[in-house]
Amino acid sequence: MSEFDSEAYLNMELLRFTTAGSVDDGKSTLIGRLLYDSKSIFEDQLETIQRDSMRRGNEHIDLALVTDGLRAEREQGITIDVAYRYFATPKRKFIIADTPGHIQYTRNMVTGASTANLAVVLIDARLGVLEQTMRHSFIASLLQIPHLLVCINKMDLVDFDQIVFEKIKADFNKVSEKLAIKDARFIPISALFGDNVVHPSKNMDWFKGPTLLQLLESIDITSDRNTQDPRFPVQYVIRPQKPEFHDYRGYAGRTAGGNFKKGDAVTVLPSGINTRISSIDRYKETGDQVHVSESVTIQLEDNIDISRGDMIVGSDNQPQQSQEIDLMICWFNEKALQLSGKYALKHTTREVRVVIKSIQYKMDVNTLEENTEDKTIRMNDIGRIMIKTTKPIFFDPYTTNRITGSVIIIDEATNETLGAGMIL
Amino acid sequence: MTKTQINHLRELENESIHIMREVGAQFENPALLFSGGKDSIVMVHLALKAFWPQKFPFTLAHIDTGHNFEETILFRDRLVEDLGARLVVGSVQQSIDDGKATEETGYSASRNLLQTGTLLDTIETHKFDVALGGGRRDEEKARAKERFFSHRDEFGQWDPKNQRPELWNLFNGRMNMGEHFRVFPLSNWTEMDIWQYIYQENIEMPSLYYTHKRKVFNREGVWLAWAPFMNLKPDEEIVEKDIRCRTIGDISCTGLTISKADNLVDIIREIAATRVTERGSRSDDKRSEAAMEDRKKEGYF
Repeated sequence: MSEFDSEAYLNMELLRFTTAGSVDDGKSTLIGRLLYDSKSIFEDQLETIQRDSMRRGNEHIDLALVTDGLRAEREQGITIDVAYRYFATPKRKFIIADTPGHIQYTRNMVTGASTANLAVVLIDARLGVLEQTMRHSFIASLLQIPHLLVCINKMDLVDFDQIVFEKIKADFNKVSEKLAIKDARFIPISALFGDNVVHPSKNMDWFKGPTLLQLLESIDITSDRNTQDPRFPVQYVIRPQKPEFHDYRGYAGRTAGGNFKKGDAVTVLPSGINTRISSIDRYKETGDQVHVSESVTIQLEDNIDISRGDMIVGSDNQPQQSQEIDLMICWFNEKALQLSGKYALKHTTREVRVVIKSIQYKMDVNTLEENTEDKTIRMNDIGRIMIKTTKPIFFDPYTTNRITGSVIIIDEATNETLGAGMIL
Repeated sequence: MTKTQINHLRELENESIHIMREVGAQFENPALLFSGGKDSIVMVHLALKAFWPQKFPFTLAHIDTGHNFEETILFRDRLVEDLGARLVVGSVQQSIDDGKATEETGYSASRNLLQTGTLLDTIETHKFDVALGGGRRDEEKARAKERFFSHRDEFGQWDPKNQRPELWNLFNGRMNMGEHFRVFPLSNWTEMDIWQYIYQENIEMPSLYYTHKRKVFNREGVWLAWAPFMNLKPDEEIVEKDIRCRTIGDISCTGLTISKADNLVDIIREIAATRVTERGSRSDDKRSEAAMEDRKKEGYF
């Protein structure tokens, strides 16, 4: 951004994306290239990378070093945990959830994917579609990432050959038919030399599509959120206890779906009481509407007993309510999921206890086959389970709403987050 | 209404307010770490927004090295008075006087490291179960690995290799007695976002961020403010310059920028054009490649 234009900057969109790739497929190099060519690496960072590259005996500056965070990662040359990177172009601001390819891959990729609008999946042009490509694509579809950019990398090592690109694209499309991928696009790139990352490739004039950055800047993300079903989980009850706000009683939260307007007929769950919205407040202003994902405070016409964990929903458009929930679970802990085990569960702002009623199957993430023989769900496994909650929860299927359709499972003794679930 | 485009500053604000309310709901005795720098002032602004018209349920906690810019302390005290907020001060000088901390010596002596002990003592003394911090992931490579809700064991330590996975907007703040949390609502903000937001919201900032004349000296390419406790090397000379702070920390480790920017638009232009990171001039980060990581593991901000 050379010239400061306040209006343009204040109206920039935010795009969150995650990168999926395995060891040696050039993921770190790609992120480094993206940051370097978009001029998002500062001089002091570059000096550090140059010094480290030389120390390691590299002839050229190793852009992959941009993404190393922890001492152990630098020492071992691996990525251990999700790291977040930020950059902006005059068109958009970006948050990259950079997830490691090997250690804890499911845990980290699921974490990065949970808030992403888009996933960049890397395929090594020499190797084509592998098991790991299946795994990454499956997780992207399971987590309902709206857009997938498939980058076929290392094109420089296959002579920038269009036939190689087209074959991998066809192979991927065959695979992705089994998955719920809504929007997949393909780009032939060389992260090492920068072809089609930020600048169009001079070596692949047969490719007429946009570069990776052009796609990141232009892909439409306005419809990524649920704008249909009004859902407002109550986070905090605002009671000012000040003379000028004597009777003020507001419900603070972040809209999890749809929009609300003053006067809308709403129902409060679990009580089921119907009322109307009297005001939608922000700092020092009382307004009359709120859109999905905005944090506001809602006031209602009637005085009802409402607390954290309750949900305000559209009276004519209510979520499902149940104590028996069918979900896909990703497991993160060394202790396997226990059938009949009891855990704490967080869903929106509600916390309940659960018992694991049954395990239907474990998913083989490499072949997409359902395993009903060995159903022990261990670390980094994904499976389908049925749980029973102590109190009802109010939910939508994850495919309809990523906020009201997701849960985490917590160990009541150690307080660790053990798993993440997507409601079916 | 078909399009739901929200500009990125609003989206970051919505996210930070959500986090602050989670802290208000999930914890009993939260502290908001307030340094008088821009990030903590933005934090206070967001806290006001999150709980309006109620007062925010946080105690402000300042870890005072005793080497602060005077302007910072004046600004802090006025803000606290205007808000009617509760402020507790953890004093590094007190820790030194009590024999709990030992002053560094030599030219690069700084009380930056000593803050960790005072911070942990303050958390323990006031029985804070969570401390909100203004740390951002774009600041430094170890911070890039930080969670919104960051668990600390009973010694206040951070275990970066064994962090709780954090998904969607579900935050797990459960812990055992004696442990605490650090929560970073500004995790996804960048330096540019902070300044743009200050501009958009018209938030008052300490005068140190705007150009002013000050006695300074140059050490290894970095301009530092002169103060009686700063040990000058023989070849270092005190000169007066038009400078401003890009970050505000302890005097001993805050690098200053030569600048004539006296308003927010000029500051934003300056940041847009700069080619060095914000912490590039912080001598506390220059001690080693893993300086921040090591300090954070021990319980630093």
